[in-house]
Amino acid sequence: MEWVNAVVQGTLLGGLYALFAAGLSLIFGVMRLVNIAHGDLIVLGAYLGLSVTTLLGLHPIAALIVVVPAMALIGYILQRGILNQTLGKDILPPLLVTFGLSVIIQNALLETYSADPQKMNAGALETASVSIGSLSLGLLPVLTFGIAIVVIASLQWMFYRTSLGRAFRATSDNQEIAQLMGLNRRHIFGLAMALALGVTAIAGIMLGIRTSFDPSIGGGRLIFGFEAVIIGGLGNLWGTLIGGVILGVAQTIGAKIDPGWQLLAGHIAFLVILAVRPNGLFPRINE
Amino acid sequence: MSTPNLNVTRTSGVTKIAALLGLVVLIILVAAPYWAGRADMRLMGEIFLYLALASLWNLMAGYAGLVSVGQQAYVGFGGYMLFALTMFGGLHPIAAIVVTGALGAIIAVPVALLIFRLRGAYFAIGTWVIAEVFRLSFAQASALGGGSGSSLPVGIVRSLASSRSGREHLSYWLALASAVIVIAAVYFFLRSRNGLALTAIRDNELAAGSLGIDIWRTKFIVYIVTAALTAMIGALIFLQKLRISPDAAFSVNDWTAFVIFIVVIGGIGTIEGPIIGTLIFFLLRETLADLGTIYLMVLGVVAIVIMLKAPSGIWGLLRSRFDLELFPLSYRVKQNKKG
Amino acid sequence: MPEPILKLNSLDAFYGDFQALYGVDLEVSEGEVLAIIGANGAGKTTLMRSISGLTQNASDMVKYRGGSIGALRADQVAAQGIALVPEGRQLFPSLSVEENLMIGGQMGRKGPWSLKAVYTLFPILQERRNQQSTSLSGGQQQMVAIGRALMANPDLILFDEISLGLAPIIIKDIYAALPGIIGEGMSALIVEQDITKALSVSSRFYCLQEGRVSLNGASATAAREDISRAYFGVE
Repeated sequence: MEWVNAVVQGTLLGGLYALFAAGLSLIFGVMRLVNIAHGDLIVLGAYLGLSVTTLLGLHPIAALIVVVPAMALIGYILQRGILNQTLGKDILPPLLVTFGLSVIIQNALLETYSADPQKMNAGALETASVSIGSLSLGLLPVLTFGIAIVVIASLQWMFYRTSLGRAFRATSDNQEIAQLMGLNRRHIFGLAMALALGVTAIAGIMLGIRTSFDPSIGGGRLIFGFEAVIIGGLGNLWGTLIGGVILGVAQTIGAKIDPGWQLLAGHIAFLVILAVRPNGLFPRINE
Repeated sequence: MSTPNLNVTRTSGVTKIAALLGLVVLIILVAAPYWAGRADMRLMGEIFLYLALASLWNLMAGYAGLVSVGQQAYVGFGGYMLFALTMFGGLHPIAAIVVTGALGAIIAVPVALLIFRLRGAYFAIGTWVIAEVFRLSFAQASALGGGSGSSLPVGIVRSLASSRSGREHLSYWLALASAVIVIAAVYFFLRSRNGLALTAIRDNELAAGSLGIDIWRTKFIVYIVTAALTAMIGALIFLQKLRISPDAAFSVNDWTAFVIFIVVIGGIGTIEGPIIGTLIFFLLRETLADLGTIYLMVLGVVAIVIMLKAPSGIWGLLRSRFDLELFPLSYRVKQNKKG
Repeated sequence: MPEPILKLNSLDAFYGDFQALYGVDLEVSEGEVLAIIGANGAGKTTLMRSISGLTQNASDMVKYRGGSIGALRADQVAAQGIALVPEGRQLFPSLSVEENLMIGGQMGRKGPWSLKAVYTLFPILQERRNQQSTSLSGGQQQMVAIGRALMANPDLILFDEISLGLAPIIIKDIYAALPGIIGEGMSALIVEQDITKALSVSSRFYCLQEGRVSLNGASATAAREDISRAYFGVE
């Protein structure tokens, strides 16, 4: 029974990792950009949530109404102002520029909020639980998992059923020809980054309610998101959710064996899948 | 019919002068214990170690196209191997450094086999995962102090040299030697057949493949050699620090972020770039270090601006303006003097 | 002679580092069909890229309806009503046939062309509308590429090597459909290696040789030997 519990808790944790990963996956899908600062942007989302809750006295979940558009705006400006200039055949510029951004964001957060761990207070939501049979599930992890499913389903719908999604796919296929259709790829990429950081804001706030955070944890969140993307297979959003779940389950089972093994078990699961299925479990993009 | 009296050569007047000047500088540096103070020597030692790390990272990223953000894996591994080999293996620290190099190469083989499956930017994050695995694994090693780390026993430190100044001189010379050896190794490697292959891959992977250059194998060799040398430098770093912990040994900021900034600012894909970059990095650090986090933000901004506006770095700017090359790598056609 | 819709003023253009066009002067009148002929490497594709904005040049080297568009981006040029049917069709592989057509019309310019009109012109596309565009035959893909450009309701349409790599029978069908397309009052520029085909649908032609205009004139009265000299160069 304890093991069943560990698997269930790990599955729910996977929802959070899928939220970390969804933005990363979207950006890679549209413009083949791998954003090294993604983890720090998740942490930025958490801090913005913290500021909004303390300044406006809002519940963290309600703070999404402010933080999601704010992060989307940051994303659009970041893409148009800096990242669009790095896109091309050479992989070094995007990599090194986002790496520089990561260091800047991390230290700006350190300067603004100090290194002290912070946490958002979500009141009763943090302790409430639901019972299913003999299992007791925290309401917050269940809510996070539900949000992850809704986010991924919406992204999937947007990508395959809307004119914006069509523009994303066309630009991803062939930037020049998309340009001939009257699509300005700089604007399209700006919109994609805005959307990705909107999702990142959700990830940051759910992270900040669940655990304490400080400016240095971005790298770790990037790695979890990255592992979920690779396990699930590049370009497959539902695969990313499964990747997150596999990572989460591996971590909770590892922690069950020895608390020091939690993170290690997740990384090992990732490396094993990389060894056996280098393209992930359900790849969509051949790269 | 008159044949133009042409000559293809790598050397030029500038490279000969540079070689001569380099030799003079090297002699002065070797003699530093006789003219420099204790603090200066410690700083110079650190500069040399960063120069070595930067030159190695540059070989991978600038020549082999292997952008790693996980080289702290090998720095930390090297540090821990030094501690383990001296404390439990009873090796002399110098011998331990050599063995560490071999162990670094061995551990890098399975790592490379795994992460070479990832392309481009995903390769970069893959190297970071590996570094995390190393950090978490050494944090589990209770014999080496687990998460809180351990100090090098006094007896082992004494075995280097009996006096404190003797030890300081020795570690200074080791640091200087590591920088010289790494730069020389990179230089001769780039002049070799493999090095030419590497430059060909960088310039055009498709064409290089059709010329029968085994791209995978060449990159693999670069990765393994870099890992071995990085591990040895890691051992040297922690021989100076005398204390090791997982967070210090596998710090992404100290062993990768700084190194990347050095190479980007100096000029990626040139031997001279890391040298210039290291000097600028330490100049900035010595003047701005009091600013703490602001200093790191400034570094990040400088690196981004350089990457966007002058992707070949400061050395690249100088070189395009003056057609300079200190290390004779490229061929030039020269007309011989009649006579 | 009516006011030209498109005018090139001594256009110099580059393909990478290499200069592909030298001082090209050219005019297309309202409602006119113009053919551009020339051997491989004569600069035809660079000409198309320069007009459509995929290659950017000095602003006043390309004039369209009196405005200078030479320095505009391709999406800005497209918004002004110039559409390109690119060489090699270049459909979007992750879009279905219908989505490829819809993205052509995403700027929302008014005009006679709609999904319905394209399906009337090429009925086979309606049958295949939900398939991936890559699953179609070469000829059907060319129909999608033409339909995609028409969906933008352009005033000037550029065809770049539309017969390349297609079976002769299919080329015949496509050329048979062309008058119906252009007859709607559009101007057109047709780039072709097949001289006979190009001359048969156009009123005037320009011949390019090594980046320069080597001959131009009325298509109906062009002498074969003049063309082959302009095409291949003088021995």
